[in-house]
Amino acid sequence: MQFGRVIGSVVSTQKDPKIMNFKLLVVRTLNPANEDTGSYVVAVDAVGAGVGEVVLYATGSSARQTVQTDAKPIDAVIMAIIDSWDIQGEVVFRKE
Amino acid sequence: MYLGKVIGRVVATQKYEGLEGVRLMVVQPIDHDQKPTQAPLVAADAAQSGLGDIVYCESGREASMALDEKFVPVDQCIVGHVDEIDA
Repeated sequence: MQFGRVIGSVVSTQKDPKIMNFKLLVVRTLNPANEDTGSYVVAVDAVGAGVGEVVLYATGSSARQTVQTDAKPIDAVIMAIIDSWDIQGEVVFRKE
Repeated sequence: MYLGKVIGRVVATQKYEGLEGVRLMVVQPIDHDQKPTQAPLVAADAAQSGLGDIVYCESGREASMALDEKFVPVDQCIVGHVDEIDA
């Protein structure tokens, strides 16, 4: 999985009918030092993430392994909201 | 599968249903000489790993096969510890 920060959401009324009632969030990818990597993904939210929250997202066919995205054209899903993480015992991020 | 070194831990109380109790570790993928091969990533831990352990990991859809609850959105998973590498 990758670290990311939710920076916005996508509103789309015209889309593949199979993904009609999904919450699509724009996630800026972060590196383990909590820095922007300059890349982003549009991911389905499966845990109630909000804008500004730091999350983990899974990609590829693993992203279809949720009840709502099973057999749907989805390749990125937010599967955790991060409280904190540490590298070599040093806290790099902690949710306010 | 690929070799990795556990370099950190992630705490996330709000996770996808079925991932309760699954620990999330920050893993630095390495080669047989323990040199980094790509950027660190986060893997579910199915092998009771600790900081500094040399492990091997599964990626993609198969990653969740090592977990109790298999139908979960996990794309990296630590599946074993390395005692020795002969290369």
